[in-house]
Amino acid sequence: MTDRAAISIADRAATATPAQLARRVRGLSDRAIAWLFIAPTIVLLLAINIFPLIWTVYLSFTNYRANRPGRAVDWVGTRNYERLLGSEDVWGYLQATAHFVSWTMSIQVVLGLGLALLINKNFKGAGFWTTIILIPMMLSPAVVGTFWTYLYQPQTGIFSYIINAFADVGPVDMIGSPTLAPWSIIIVDTWMWTPYIMLLSLAGLRSIPDYLYEAAEIDRANAWQKFWYITLPRVLPFLMLAVLFRGIENFKMFDLVVELTSGGPGSITELASINLKREAFEKWRTGYSSAFAVILFVTVFGLGNIYVKALNRVKQ
Amino acid sequence: MRTWKACLAAAAVSLVAATGAQAQEKQLTLCWAAWDPANALAELGKDFTAESGIKMNYEFVPWTNFADRFINELNSGGKLCDLLIGDSQWIGGSATYGHYIKLNDFFDKEGISMDDFAPATVYAYSTWPKGTPNYWALPAMGDALGWIYRKDWFARPELRTEFKAKYGHDLGVPENWIQLKHIGEFFQGREIDGKKVYGMGIYTERGSEGITMGVTAAMYAWGFQYEDPNKPYSMEGYVNSPDAVEALEFYKSLYECCTPPGHSDAYMVANLDAYKSGQVAMQMNWFAFMPGIAKDEDVGGDKSGFFVNPAQKVAASTLGGQGISVVSYSDKKDLALEYIKWFAQDHVQKKWWALGGYSASKAVLDDPNFPNTAPFAADFLKAMDGVKDFWQEPTYAELLQSMQKRVHDFVVADKGTAKEALDKMIVDWTEVFQDDGKL
Repeated sequence: MTDRAAISIADRAATATPAQLARRVRGLSDRAIAWLFIAPTIVLLLAINIFPLIWTVYLSFTNYRANRPGRAVDWVGTRNYERLLGSEDVWGYLQATAHFVSWTMSIQVVLGLGLALLINKNFKGAGFWTTIILIPMMLSPAVVGTFWTYLYQPQTGIFSYIINAFADVGPVDMIGSPTLAPWSIIIVDTWMWTPYIMLLSLAGLRSIPDYLYEAAEIDRANAWQKFWYITLPRVLPFLMLAVLFRGIENFKMFDLVVELTSGGPGSITELASINLKREAFEKWRTGYSSAFAVILFVTVFGLGNIYVKALNRVKQ
Repeated sequence: MRTWKACLAAAAVSLVAATGAQAQEKQLTLCWAAWDPANALAELGKDFTAESGIKMNYEFVPWTNFADRFINELNSGGKLCDLLIGDSQWIGGSATYGHYIKLNDFFDKEGISMDDFAPATVYAYSTWPKGTPNYWALPAMGDALGWIYRKDWFARPELRTEFKAKYGHDLGVPENWIQLKHIGEFFQGREIDGKKVYGMGIYTERGSEGITMGVTAAMYAWGFQYEDPNKPYSMEGYVNSPDAVEALEFYKSLYECCTPPGHSDAYMVANLDAYKSGQVAMQMNWFAFMPGIAKDEDVGGDKSGFFVNPAQKVAASTLGGQGISVVSYSDKKDLALEYIKWFAQDHVQKKWWALGGYSASKAVLDDPNFPNTAPFAADFLKAMDGVKDFWQEPTYAELLQSMQKRVHDFVVADKGTAKEALDKMIVDWTEVFQDDGKL
């Protein structure tokens, strides 16, 4: 009965396939059929990722401007790269980006791990507090940027009010002050993304078997030794993964900072991606900005690869 | 009987629907910035719809995104806008790259003469190459940077006495930038009616064009020139002249001495907010906002006064305002031209001014009664006599972004000196002109 039913389904399927196609498919190898299945994805990947990448590399050697479709496109060799690498301003944007990435990552790792250790204690209401802590991460960066500009407002913002409650320093202009502005964006990013580091660290902490701590107890290890020899090595791969994801994101940071400072005052918080957007879509220097994009891509790709190698070593 | 009535009703509904569909076909989209004059224009447009049967749609975008949004629209050959009231600086690029249609033949055919409009506005909003009789827009909205002050505070006898004793001149409309600064310093941190107030709101915005418009108000008053008049694009000794350096330093000193805390990224709306909330004694802003201020329930009427940009070495004001152009990618160019023909009429221009728009028509401006029509009308005429604009080159966006960066770096971020900022600006601008084949 079952066989008969199966045959009838196969027959129906065979007759449903047009004879011409069925003949052609029957002649294909497994490998060819596999290629047939993945071809749409490969084509899509080539069209959306690989082709634009190659095209960007090509444009980076030209003087092309997207706002002048009729103008002849000249091959300018490495001129765009020479201009970029020889520009004091560009090094300034890269420096601002490095400052932002390194400080946000350092602070977020410490705070994220600390919060994860706290939540891992499973105290009463831990679930509720976890949810509360995760809220900033769920908000849109544009919204976060906008409302923090109000919080930072020197005369009416709560940030200045809180600081003045502890020290009478007058209105604190976080966004307008050249010394405070870089910290203003670090604070907001930390507020928003520390929960992400906490979440991954928590996953790492929860994966540590209890018997390791029990064995450490028997060996009379103190709290610091347990943290240093058991907790940290076990959490480190998770932490490094979180830093990799967040590091790449922060290297490309745009929306949050644009909403907060527009890259100002002056160019103090003008991160590389903000300048890239200005060059590409405000000044329309497509060739030049393509070269900048290639440099940023190579930097992230190179640093990412080194980091992944280090991560694999830690895992082993 | 019932069937007969139902048929009649259906026929009536079909007729209404058909008429509606026909009217819907005749419609135009006009693109501009979202601000007070745009609302006045929408009000004015109702007359056009009543006369022509063409429905007007409006796409008004906030100033901070205005240039980005519409320049991208033009660059992509978009059909969103049939008519565009674009910034004066766009004229070079829009004419060169074919975004606007040339209006000379249309003007000749319809008898529209550019002699009927204020020469400064025709030069700035309509012509490219500059000053040649090649018209790409009809002057739509004359504007310049001016100043608004708290007349009621300035009139207080105790403040007047104290001010005179301290600075040796009257507390009133400043005759130059030094006096302007005195007023700013005088009000900075002062308590008025139990509230701490500040000197002035000036433009410091970084993202679009704000700080450039503000800084140039000072630089033009110091006689700033963009280039050697005898050698185009030669900027050394002009852009970084001692006067230009002095003006830039002065603007920075205004930012430091006399603005409210947190005024580091302020443009039109921030200045309006600071002024309307009673936070500052003066604000720098476009004449376009003055009708709104005059009518404001908190600071309007006798509480506010207006003055033209003070002279220092010369009398000059930063140019604002725009011309109205027909977008070459529009499918409704004929209807758009019909709108321009209607808009150019004297009676329409008079109503435009009455509603709060700044007409550039001589029929309005040359009327002997014009200076009495609004408290700021006489100053507007004075300002339009000495307006000066930023580069209108096709590469204006690059030139503007460079100036935004260099002056913001110096004025707000306190980086380097004024001379260094202007020197770097020359390097940037030279590179732009070289890339564009002008040098």
